[in-house]
This record gives sequence, structure tokens and C-alpha cells, in this order.
Amino acid sequence: MIKKGIKNFVIYGLLLLLVAITLVPFYLITVNATHSSFDIVTQLNLLPGKYLIENYRKLQEYVNIWSGFFNSLLIAVVFMIVSGYLGALVAFGFEKYQFKGKRILYMIVLASMMIPSQVSIIGFYRLGLKIGLVNKLTTFMFPFFAPGVSSVSTIFFLRGMISQGISTSLLEAARMEGCSEFRIFNRIVLPCIMPGIATMCIFNFVNSWNNYIGPLIMITDTKKYTMPILISLVKGIYLTNYGAMYLAVGISILVVVIIYLFCSKYIIDGLTMGAEK
Amino acid sequence: MKKKSINDRSGYGYLFILPFFIAFIFLGLYPAVFTFSLSVQKWDGLAPEKFIKLANFERLLSDKVFYLSIRNTLRIWLISFIPQILTALLLAAVFTTYRVKGMGIFRAIFYLPNLLTAASVGLLFHLLFNGNKSVANNILQALHVSGAPFEFFNDPVFTSNLTSYIQWWMWFGYTMILVMSGITTIDKNLFDAARIDGADRGQTFRKITLPLIRPTIVYITITSIIGGMQLFDVPATMSDGTGEPDKAILTISMYLYNQGFKNHNYGYAAAISVGLFAIICVMSFASLKAMKKGGNKDD
Repeated sequence: MIKKGIKNFVIYGLLLLLVAITLVPFYLITVNATHSSFDIVTQLNLLPGKYLIENYRKLQEYVNIWSGFFNSLLIAVVFMIVSGYLGALVAFGFEKYQFKGKRILYMIVLASMMIPSQVSIIGFYRLGLKIGLVNKLTTFMFPFFAPGVSSVSTIFFLRGMISQGISTSLLEAARMEGCSEFRIFNRIVLPCIMPGIATMCIFNFVNSWNNYIGPLIMITDTKKYTMPILISLVKGIYLTNYGAMYLAVGISILVVVIIYLFCSKYIIDGLTMGAEK
Repeated sequence: MKKKSINDRSGYGYLFILPFFIAFIFLGLYPAVFTFSLSVQKWDGLAPEKFIKLANFERLLSDKVFYLSIRNTLRIWLISFIPQILTALLLAAVFTTYRVKGMGIFRAIFYLPNLLTAASVGLLFHLLFNGNKSVANNILQALHVSGAPFEFFNDPVFTSNLTSYIQWWMWFGYTMILVMSGITTIDKNLFDAARIDGADRGQTFRKITLPLIRPTIVYITITSIIGGMQLFDVPATMSDGTGEPDKAILTISMYLYNQGFKNHNYGYAAAISVGLFAIICVMSFASLKAMKKGGNKDD
């Protein structure tokens, strides 16, 4: 009995210690984003303060953080939808159709993950200059490139779902009824694998939201800056306005934290299922 | 008319997989080839490119800063990866052998930092540790730690280790989830058999679980190498892209970026990319070999 008590003490002690280590930075953001810069440098603050509104006003004086916020949001949403829909379509094509060279083509899909994004980035910039993409990256071209890896994992993951969840006889039945192949995909396949698509969409959204080096080289127009770029500039702009800077960090991670509060189960299940294959 | 089924529909197969190949060729493969071709040219971003044969690579091989950036990147990766895999194994062992209350919540919390914007994390840790009135120093002084306040970012070793710590903090939960899902794929009968044979939990983990999750460990190691060698966001935002102090956290990717987009030596930056690619290939291959060999010895 005593031995078991000690064992539990050690296990829960370890876990709680790791929880503290994991959460301390979040707590420090909250505390410091709500204190004045003067308080931050003159004393140790352990509880949230009352300077949130003041810090927000300071933050907005120099940089419109919401413009970065909406640029990032727009790119992430388009990227998420495009990679979810097309990822499912590609996965469907690979899983349910027979054609020549399928194995090799699928190997190419998987192998494409091996090209590190840093290797293509200089070439992508050069190419972008040539065909006039720099700064003109409105919504469509850029998101594709962003983390190309994630779209491979989407295809891989959704192909597994289609192979388990959709029987070929169901598709045959739909064909008998005169459904076109596109209609089969949109009306039968998509709804069936929606939970999987949703999981992948969350990952793709977060990946796009967090992407830093892509926009960093392709966007020089300040109006089109995304959140991570604004964040990297904040230090040079606010100098000693620490409260405002902590608040900027807080705003930049808020979306992801909120998404996680609601979807952590899907995210972790998705990760687990992806890893089991 | 009757001979449809397979051949008729194969066209749709090609059509449906086409979007991937369009995106891959134009936004992945073609830029990569472009980078390779730029690596044998001189280009400042404005004037036309000039073919200079292997001059960029000759310079690269004698470039002390390039070697320094390789050492830095390796150091940061190794010092974060070893604790990361150990923490992950320990947690996975605890979660799969004991019935821990609130396991789902613990797991969810540990994974959270992985989703954060790395650029924001870099800035956050800069704010927490920079200057003698930083939050970290306030805490240390309140605890009466001798020597405080410290100028943390004047110390190359500390700064490098802090970067490793941040990487550990962001990745141990992710690694833990992968290890746990590796463990759940093991045949349950093996554990029962081990228990019947009188093996305790520690023995079971060492003799059965560990050898059987080797593929998962190999996967984790290789993806971690690929990601770790490209490390950019955290050290870049923590040091304003400089890699200071003493270029201690100047990673290969940061050097590449600085040479290209700050100094406008795009040709040379492209050569660094090629070097980075070679390093990733060699390291992935070497670790694959090493772990395969380790596997044979045990069997």
C-alpha cells in the first residue's frame, strides 16, 4: 500500500512538474501583457494586472496588428480549404482508380516530402521575381507552396480513410444510378471522410498560420505582412514597450490556443492515427 | 461499347491526382532545380546571372562561418533531441503501463506548445531573458540566486542551450504521442505472455516495447533531423536574425537567409542550400544505417 502511494506520488509529481514547465510561458504572457512596461522592469509580477487596455492602445499606436492577423487568417483559410479538398481528391484518385504507373506516381508523392523547403526557397524567390509573384501573392499561389509537406500528409492520411471507409461496391452502385465521377466524389466520398478532412484542415490551418520564412521572403509590402512577420518586427518598433510586445505575442498565439481548446481531441487522434500507419 | 470498367475510368484517376503534380512541379520541384542551377551562378537580385562554374562551392568548402553554422545547428539539435526522446519514452512508458487519471488532459497539455507560432516563441523568450531587468532576472533575484541579474544573451553557451530548451519544450509532447501510438500497435498478447513469464513492468518495457517500436524511433529521428537541420524561426526571432552572441545560434538556414536576402548573394545562398540538402541526406542515411545495425545486434 505504502509502496503504491510512493509510486503514485512520483508519477503524478513528475507529470505535474512537466505541466508546470509546459504552461509557465503561457502564464508569463498573460501576466506581462496585463502589466505596464514600468511594472515589468521594476518588479516581479506574479498575478495578472490591469494594463491590458493600455497595452493594447500602445500596440495599436504603431502597428495595426489586426491587418497581420487578417492577412494570416485569409491565407490560412484558403490554404486549409484548398489542401483539404484537393488532398481528398488526389487521395480518392489514388485509392479508387486503376491506372498505369500508379505505384510510381504515389512513390513520387511520398518522396516529395524529402525536398526540404529551404532548398526550394531561393529558387522559388527567383522564379517569383521572374513571373512577377513577389508581393502580388494574393491568395492562391502562395498558400500552395507554403508547407508543401502538409499536403502530402493530407493525401496519405485521407487515402487511408478512403480505403477503410468507402467500399467499391458503393461507388459501383452510384455509377449504376448514373452518377458522374465528380458527383460521386462530391456527394458520396467527401461527406463520408469529412471527419478526416476536418482533422487535416486543422493541421493545415495551423501550419499555414505559423509559416514564417515563406512570407518573409515573398512579401515586402508592409500592408501584406502576415502575423509572424509583424511579430519578428515588433522588437525593433516598440523598444521598451514590453507590455505591448507581450500582448502582441499573446494575440499571435491566441487563435491557435482557442482552436486547440475546442479541437484537441481531433488533433491528437489525427496525429495518432497518422503515426499508426 | 461493353468494354468499359477499368480503361474507361483510368482517365479520371489521372485527372484527380493531377492537382498534386501541378502544385509539386511548379512550387516544389521546379524551384528546387532552379536553386541547384543558381548555385553555379552569381546573382545579386538585379543584374543578370553570370555562370561562374563551381566558384560558390569552392568558397563554401573554405567558409569558416558555414562550418560554424553546421556545428551550431548540430549542437542545438542534439541537445534538444536527446532529452526530447528520453522524456517522450518515459512519459509513453508511464501512460501505457500505469492507469494514470487525467491521461488525456496531460497528453493534450504536453502537445500544446508544438502548435505555437515559432516566431512568436522566439520573441517571447527574447523578452523573458533579455537585459538585466527581464522577467527571468526578476524571478532569480526574488529567489536570491547569487550572481543575478545575468546578461543571458551575452553568453553563447547559454543562448545555444536556451534554443535547445525551447525546441525540447515545443517537441517533447509531439514525440510522446508518436511513441505512444507506436506502442499501441504492438500485439497485446506479447505483454500478457511476458507477464505470465514473470517479467516486471520495467523488463517488459525494455525487452519487448523498446525493440518493437524501433521503426517509430527511426521515423522520429529522421524527421527530427530533417526539421532540426532547417531550424530557423526560433533562433532568428530570438536574435534578430544575427545569431549573436558570437554567432552561437546562427543556424545553416539563417546563414543561407542572410547571405541571400540580406547580402544579396543569391548564388552563394543557393550553394548553401545545396550544402544543407547534402547534410540532411547524409545524416538521414547515416542514422538509418546506424539504427538498422543496432537492430541486428540485438536480435
